[in-house]
Amino acid sequence: MRRFARLLELLALTPSRNRKLEALTQYFAATPDPDRGYALAILTGALTFKNVKPAVLRDVVTREVDPVLFAMSYDYVGDLGETIALIWPHHADDEEELPTLSELVELFDTTSKGQLPALIASLLTRAAINERWALVKLATGALRIGLSARLAKTALAEMSGKDLQQLEEIWHGVAMPYGELFAWLDGRGERPDVDHASRFHPMMLSNPLDEEKDLATLDPADFAAEWKWDGIRVQLILGPGGVSLFSRTGDDVAPAFPDLVGAVEGEGVLDGELLVGRGLEPAPFNDLQQRLNRKLATQKLMDDHPAFVRVYDLLFDGREDIRPLPWSARRARLEAWLDRHPQTRLSLSQLLRFASWDELAELRRRGAAEQGHEGIMLKLASSPYVPGRPKGLWFKWKRDPNLVDAVLMYAQRGSGKRSSFYSDYTFGVWKGDEIVPIGKAYFGFTDEELKQLDKWVRSNTIQAFGPVREVKKALVFEVAFDSAQLSARHKSGIALRFPRINRIRWDKPAAEAATLEDMQIFVEAT
Amino acid sequence: MAEPFLERNLRIAPVDVYVDPPEPRERAIVTHGHADHARPGHGAVLATPETIAIMQARYGADAAGRWDPLPYGEVREIGGVKVSLHPAGHILGSAQVLLEHRGRRIVVTGDYKRLADTTAAPFELVPCDLLVTEATFGLPVFQHPDPADEIAKLLRSVASWPERAHVVGCYALGKAQRVIALLRAAGYQEPVYLHGAMIRLCQLYREHGIPLGELRPALDAPKAELAGHIVIAPPSAIKDRWSRRLPDPVLSVASGWMSVKQRARQSGVELPLVISDHADWTELRQTITESGAGTVWVTHGREDALVYWCRQQGLAAEPLKIEAYEDGPEDEP
Repeated sequence: MRRFARLLELLALTPSRNRKLEALTQYFAATPDPDRGYALAILTGALTFKNVKPAVLRDVVTREVDPVLFAMSYDYVGDLGETIALIWPHHADDEEELPTLSELVELFDTTSKGQLPALIASLLTRAAINERWALVKLATGALRIGLSARLAKTALAEMSGKDLQQLEEIWHGVAMPYGELFAWLDGRGERPDVDHASRFHPMMLSNPLDEEKDLATLDPADFAAEWKWDGIRVQLILGPGGVSLFSRTGDDVAPAFPDLVGAVEGEGVLDGELLVGRGLEPAPFNDLQQRLNRKLATQKLMDDHPAFVRVYDLLFDGREDIRPLPWSARRARLEAWLDRHPQTRLSLSQLLRFASWDELAELRRRGAAEQGHEGIMLKLASSPYVPGRPKGLWFKWKRDPNLVDAVLMYAQRGSGKRSSFYSDYTFGVWKGDEIVPIGKAYFGFTDEELKQLDKWVRSNTIQAFGPVREVKKALVFEVAFDSAQLSARHKSGIALRFPRINRIRWDKPAAEAATLEDMQIFVEAT
Repeated sequence: MAEPFLERNLRIAPVDVYVDPPEPRERAIVTHGHADHARPGHGAVLATPETIAIMQARYGADAAGRWDPLPYGEVREIGGVKVSLHPAGHILGSAQVLLEHRGRRIVVTGDYKRLADTTAAPFELVPCDLLVTEATFGLPVFQHPDPADEIAKLLRSVASWPERAHVVGCYALGKAQRVIALLRAAGYQEPVYLHGAMIRLCQLYREHGIPLGELRPALDAPKAELAGHIVIAPPSAIKDRWSRRLPDPVLSVASGWMSVKQRARQSGVELPLVISDHADWTELRQTITESGAGTVWVTHGREDALVYWCRQQGLAAEPLKIEAYEDGPEDEP
């Protein structure tokens, strides 16, 4: 438990992904089974103790602490779990080690609700002051330490030298405390056998198209093209065990989309884009965002923004793994599958007809201008379904970014390696005589440019608010962005999608930057 | 009790002497050398010899019209008020002020702590009728852990990241020297590298017989030399341009505030070390109880909770709200 407490603290406080990874790798390599298995379950959200609610802990603590002092403390600390960990007033006379993780799991699972408060009190008393935070986090399951399940899996892959894809394939088929999984990772056993037709399969991803190089060498006759849909990539698994809807990172998002998962029919594993909109016509990404931000869907949300999937690939036809087949054969199987299983919430992603790259380029331009399409996907007709981002098989050809000249307004210090640099920039455009913010960006420049920008910010500061500096409205950025949408939350009324600094216009006077009226042409009509 | 001979701005009424006055005064008693308590420009300063040495090093020999050193335990009679200074355990030279007048005893603690610290004379309990106490960490959530555990955490981190420097943000007077002394007590023999603001005060501590081991200016060291080593710098420097000279530094801060992880996280501190030179909630209550005081005044900090607790114990208590004394997370002296 002590080692796990240290790990949690490091994960919570280290901004660097690499350092988190290294700490996880060290932990999994040094911790015996089954403790590391329980740790993995806790870190990936697979293990929670349903009886240990924050309210239970609060009751345990307020029995021991004056309520006024507790309220003052909670007000100061701001986080209930942390307040409880810090305020617990009893200390064991002798330093006594906490139970191991597996002992703790057993204790929480076997202790009755009535006995739970006494157990929690005794654990808090036994824990060292700096272990209590981890204990509370662990018990309530509210880790909130900025760790994705994927990072934990990446650490396992690094520790063992095994392929992350292979690990992800079996992830949903192995169970806590993962004895079989660790045996395989340690080289002591076979890869666990799971029912492949009903598990998440790592997705095949595309590479950005290099217009100059790729278009000169690739033959348009070898490729199929589709619109690049602006939703989120999903894998839809239909089987006897029910329906799962996995995001790209292998998270099951089905609970948020009951309207979709309740309406699909058949057996198989499909690949496609999750979208919302009436009549299977995609609405702007913003609308989808509203449904993604919640764990469960309300009836109103489902009525306003019905969900559907635009499907473009079939990985398993029934229980048959067809990933080794060429794309063209899978496409034919997909069309046949849809004919066999009529659907109300699935629609086929149509192929675009083109004879030359020029023709496709024209389609891409018109699609962006007239229908707001994000770009085009190119798929090599002979390619099998390969997890990961294989070179030369699938390409994304995004539409040209929109560009706007905006004025730097505020700069904020970055984190991690950039913590001494003003590296996060808020910029705006003219609205009459004032400048209103339209977005924020923190990449798109070189390290050398960052140094220059940092220096400029420091010598042109007019006001500081904590880590944020307001600067003289004198520096122009050429900002690239994918699209602009109306937004009531922003003072300018506009929100940019995926903004980044394209160029720093040291030469351009701020007076020549764009105006809010200029921005209107970018705002999507949809 | 009858109106005490000490006023709420810490003016000793019968003799017109102030304790830790924020503005220049004719006569001042200074509890310790931190800038919020020790200001330059007084006519005369009565303090421990160590505190006077610190003030002279920081402000110059002419920062007061007259220096009046009073060693711990000796009594000075000023116009019928007996004044003596007693170790507060906060930093080198830090003192509690005991004032006796017509049989009444008042203690002004200044800043204090009761945990062991080899760089400061150990806290001495002084019985009194009126206790004027600080409350920097006056909430029950502040329970300072054993500093040796915190130093062990630092050394574990140094061992696991040998290619990185560890920069520990420390207040230049007191905390820096205590952290170095704790490192030495843990058996750490490597040179410790110092930000320029630390050097003179470390020298002063050594002159007072406190060993700190080998210290080197960080400024002169090539970047590669700092990898795997510990650098001590003021908290304001660790996240600023100064730290760019360090190889991929692990940002650490040694302060009582670091117990609140949300705060540490928000301020970008990767390795918080809960090492405080102030009394925690337990020590504050213990001191109030053991002093036997019937009346408690709370100068600064989270005074509401401590005043509430005192009243629950049946003591007369009130907050003084002396705003000049710093108690923000950024600048715990």
